[in-house]
Amino acid sequence: MAYNLKEIVAKKPARFTAGHRMCAGCGAPPVARMIMRALKEEDHAVVANATGCMEVSTFIYPYSAWTDSYIHTAFECASATCSGAEAAYKAMKRQGKLPEDEHTKFIAFGGDGGTYDIGIQSLSGAMERGHDMTYVCYDNGAYMNTGIQRSSATPHFADTTTSPAGKVIPGKMQARKDLTEIMASHHLPYVAQSIGVNNFKDLYEKAEKAIYTEGPTFLNVLAPCPRGWGYPTDMLMEINKLAIDTCYWPLYEVENGKYKITYKPAKKLPIEEFLKPQRRFKHMFKPGNEWMIEEFQKEVDKRWQELLDLEEITNK
Amino acid sequence: MGIRERLSGNEASAIAMKQINPDVVAAFPITPSTEIPQYFSTFVSNGDVDTEFVAVESEHSAMSACIGAEAAGGRAMTATSANGLSLMWEMIYVASSLRLPIVMSLVNRAVSGPLNIHNDHSDAMGIRDSGWIMLFSENNQEAYDNLIMAHRIAEHKDVRLPLAVCQDGFITSHSIENIELIEDEKVKEFVGTYKPEHYLLNRKEPIAIGPLDLQSYLFEHKYQQAEAMRAAKKVIADVSADFEKLTGRKYSFFEEYRLDDAEIAIVCMNSTAGTTKVVVDELREQGVKAGLLKVRVFRPFPAEEIAKALSHVKAVAVLDKSDSLNAAGGALFEDVTSGMYVNNVHVPTVNYVYGIGGRDTTAKDIHGVYSDLQEIVKSGKADNPYRYFGLRK
Repeated sequence: MAYNLKEIVAKKPARFTAGHRMCAGCGAPPVARMIMRALKEEDHAVVANATGCMEVSTFIYPYSAWTDSYIHTAFECASATCSGAEAAYKAMKRQGKLPEDEHTKFIAFGGDGGTYDIGIQSLSGAMERGHDMTYVCYDNGAYMNTGIQRSSATPHFADTTTSPAGKVIPGKMQARKDLTEIMASHHLPYVAQSIGVNNFKDLYEKAEKAIYTEGPTFLNVLAPCPRGWGYPTDMLMEINKLAIDTCYWPLYEVENGKYKITYKPAKKLPIEEFLKPQRRFKHMFKPGNEWMIEEFQKEVDKRWQELLDLEEITNK
Repeated sequence: MGIRERLSGNEASAIAMKQINPDVVAAFPITPSTEIPQYFSTFVSNGDVDTEFVAVESEHSAMSACIGAEAAGGRAMTATSANGLSLMWEMIYVASSLRLPIVMSLVNRAVSGPLNIHNDHSDAMGIRDSGWIMLFSENNQEAYDNLIMAHRIAEHKDVRLPLAVCQDGFITSHSIENIELIEDEKVKEFVGTYKPEHYLLNRKEPIAIGPLDLQSYLFEHKYQQAEAMRAAKKVIADVSADFEKLTGRKYSFFEEYRLDDAEIAIVCMNSTAGTTKVVVDELREQGVKAGLLKVRVFRPFPAEEIAKALSHVKAVAVLDKSDSLNAAGGALFEDVTSGMYVNNVHVPTVNYVYGIGGRDTTAKDIHGVYSDLQEIVKSGKADNPYRYFGLRK
């Protein structure tokens, strides 16, 4: 279905329903809802969810916000769990135990902790084995469910409860891991980086492509967290916009090895614009800490340039 | 009549899996169970089964994939040993709490550390409170037979619990012995097709599995697991009776070998029972009334039945192939003695930890245990109930 926000929202029912208990201003629920909307209405889905905010807020016994089939097992193994369900589907379909003309799609959701860190082995394994499934990482840049601990997705210098900005160590001293690139290096048929609120078209189209590309596909979607990032809950759209306009979070896709940047800001904003509204970066704006902003900017510029180069090289 | 063959315990287990023809097998190589997925993947490659073989990147993922597959509505199986089971441990509890009748072939090996690849029961004992049904097997025949019975037990509506079939690493997994296999068609008919009531791939009734389950409900859900384990006893008895009709091979919660008139008895599990039977026969020839109780069904634990079976003897030795490191005694010993106590059976009972890390268990060792028991009968005293045999001096 070609993207038109009004049409999509009016005509395709939400498969991820209201009534869940995620925070006001959280970036994750609109991501889940839009990705589930990208399913064809006649298709059924099995969703596997890693332990995390999304899981503990959408499936508290006896309530569920999911209208499709859903399974949660543990923190690090949404991919393996999903791969097992997909394997059963293949075997049962082959034996005629399931109707031939009806389709089930397999989607796994995990936060950055459950994906970049504790779940990366399970993810890498499932993707390498070629299961027909889509893995979605909703990346909020820390272990938010347990109370804002640093993960390998946490940005440089961010103040978290296990990388506190102190008198000697000013926050997280390492730059972020680039998981989208790691997944691109698995040579999957489709890998993309996207964003929720602010650019639903981008997310919807990438989700549709990911779900309906045969084989293992991966989506990394930025999902800001008002508690962990320290922005007012009504600022979600704006934070997302700043993430892409500063090129902190580039929107792009890798289709069969070809890179395509799906959003190039007309005017690339300085990184301060993204950092400033967030409490986790507050210490970077104290006098004498200008070097931190400079270093952050350098890293963003370097990665953006690498992406531009990759786009050029792979489309030659 | 069945098919006469000569197979190792691993081969026999793989053939049972072939005849069961599950929807998914997810496994990771680990000595000494590696051969099972090896043989099985050959069956897959040659089109002998309808199974999806998922060659996972770890045992944690093996159990996770089995959970996903079983929850989806398929039959899922795996095989592992020792550290593989340790890595699965988190998911072992998830599997039983989600009431998924996954079947595992557990080829027992010492859990690290230090690293050791040989047999003891420390892996199995690590999951004894996890809500898995656990069946132990003396030899290849029993490992095979227990697997054929496994799905009927695990999938029964009153049970719905995962099940592990244990056998001793190398001692039975790699020893080639005579075996009687059941014809493919008869196995198919005996095992039947899996018809789950609720499953992920039923699009007419989408379900959610594995909630956040807090103070209001978790207790009740755990109670239901306990009830299922209690109910499993009857189901195991019924399935074993059906199996006897099919094969003539009788299986109970435990095997009593020359126990009915015994004065001294050993309680043990798996291959040690074979050695013990030889020793019992030798002692009987000498006029010593020795007997054996070989536990087959370890979970659910038939406490009352075991207590009753031992009530007439004068001294008991429980052999544990795993040390609980609790300064009190091994797991089997504690289960047997507490079962005896609450059922008012007061027989002097001692524990021997033995065979750790593949230390050979000889007939001489078992003779030593029986002569210790004779001493206990004579003196009426059982000093130091927590003992060892086979340790280097």
